[in-house]
Amino acid sequence: MNNAIEVEHLVVTRGKRRVLHDLSCAIPRGSVTGLLGPSGSGKTTLMRAIVGVQKIVSGTVTVLGHPAGTKPLRDKVGYLTQAPSVYSDLTVQENARYFASLYGEGAANADRAITDVGLAEAKHQLVGNLSGGQQARASLACAILGHPELLVLDEPTVGQDPVLRNELWQRFHDFAKDGTTLLVSSHVMDEASRCDRLLFIRDGELIADDTPSNVRQRTETDNLEQAFLQLIEEKV
Amino acid sequence: MALHTAARILRQLRHDRRTIALILVVPTLLLTLLRYLYDSQPLLFDRVGLIMLGLFPLVIMFLLTSVAMLRERTSGTLERLLTTPIRKVDILLGYGIAFAVAAAVQAAIVSALAFLLLGLDTLGPPWLVGVIAIGNAVLGMALGLLVSAFANSEFQAVQFMPAVVLPQVLLCGLLAPRDQMAGWMHAISNFLPMTYAVEALQELGVHPDPTTTMWRDLAIIVGCILVALLLGAATLRRRTP
Repeated sequence: MNNAIEVEHLVVTRGKRRVLHDLSCAIPRGSVTGLLGPSGSGKTTLMRAIVGVQKIVSGTVTVLGHPAGTKPLRDKVGYLTQAPSVYSDLTVQENARYFASLYGEGAANADRAITDVGLAEAKHQLVGNLSGGQQARASLACAILGHPELLVLDEPTVGQDPVLRNELWQRFHDFAKDGTTLLVSSHVMDEASRCDRLLFIRDGELIADDTPSNVRQRTETDNLEQAFLQLIEEKV
Repeated sequence: MALHTAARILRQLRHDRRTIALILVVPTLLLTLLRYLYDSQPLLFDRVGLIMLGLFPLVIMFLLTSVAMLRERTSGTLERLLTTPIRKVDILLGYGIAFAVAAAVQAAIVSALAFLLLGLDTLGPPWLVGVIAIGNAVLGMALGLLVSAFANSEFQAVQFMPAVVLPQVLLCGLLAPRDQMAGWMHAISNFLPMTYAVEALQELGVHPDPTTTMWRDLAIIVGCILVALLLGAATLRRRTP
């Protein structure tokens, strides 16, 4: 199994709208894959299907060799939702320690995760009193607990200042070096160049699944935003 | 994991001092009011006050749990929990344990006030009154957990209190004896858990020793708790549309 995630012919509808149309892709282990596309393109839905909380119409999603969301995966997959999903009436530390306990980990690991996301100074503050960016990082700290083999991060860098964004991306690559697979979504194209692989998604369809350099070569442009537009035109 | 979850919920509660104060102060104040309302009729206070001891924990825990669980659903933390190794039953048990602890503290303080300061008299032992009060609290918690699945907002969740709890208060035998009700009302009241909670307390009021009826009522309350929790577990869906 060289692929951490294999998605085959995935169809998902939300309400009456068909969000993903027969989408197939594979994500290699130990890499940072960027899932890019405009908002409403189906990024979050695809991620929810991969962590196994999304009802699907048809198709299969296999994660680390198991059907998505099944029991053996629950201590192997870390998921960061787009809106911070931590308890706002607990401190950062209390949140991290609670989620750590669910993975059978102690307080030391919880504190390390807090330091990893740069929140050590604010760890005794209530999450509800933090800024939006800090709340997102508190949520991220809880997702990286338990040494997951796969990290699914829905827009982890939104609202972060450039210095911190840089640090977070470095951290993501450190995780990948240790063998963790990362799937990171973003609607900011300048983050695409930081990924090992790119998935461009638009209106629930994959329009590219390649490395950044190959995408640049194919579209003969250095600018990945330009490349994205060009790929859309080719498709049409 | 259930214990970690219970500890987490109690920690959330601890950060919310005003809620703690309301949990403890409101029932004590209401009971004190009731005591002076029936100043000239101590026997009536014995009857009604005793039932209030069982009613407060049920209503308050129902409200607390339905809103807390709704927050858990809408804030995305429930979805996140369901992607971690925690089992659904641990989540529910965590809530059960946490609110049982809160209820025990509340029941202990309110009962102490009622028996020691307000002169509440029961023939049965006060500790059993406490046990039933805690049972009622856990029942309120289990019902709250269940109805939170049918609410999309805190506005709706709060409305379920009058919808689910008030009919039970009307029919439980507190306002009018059940055997004087019309047949169909009596029949409905047979299916409402609070009926048995109130009956158990009434038994304790007039009998020096726990009666078979009281034990049967307590068993029914426990049964209702289990059913509500099982139905509640069924509403915790890992996959959502």
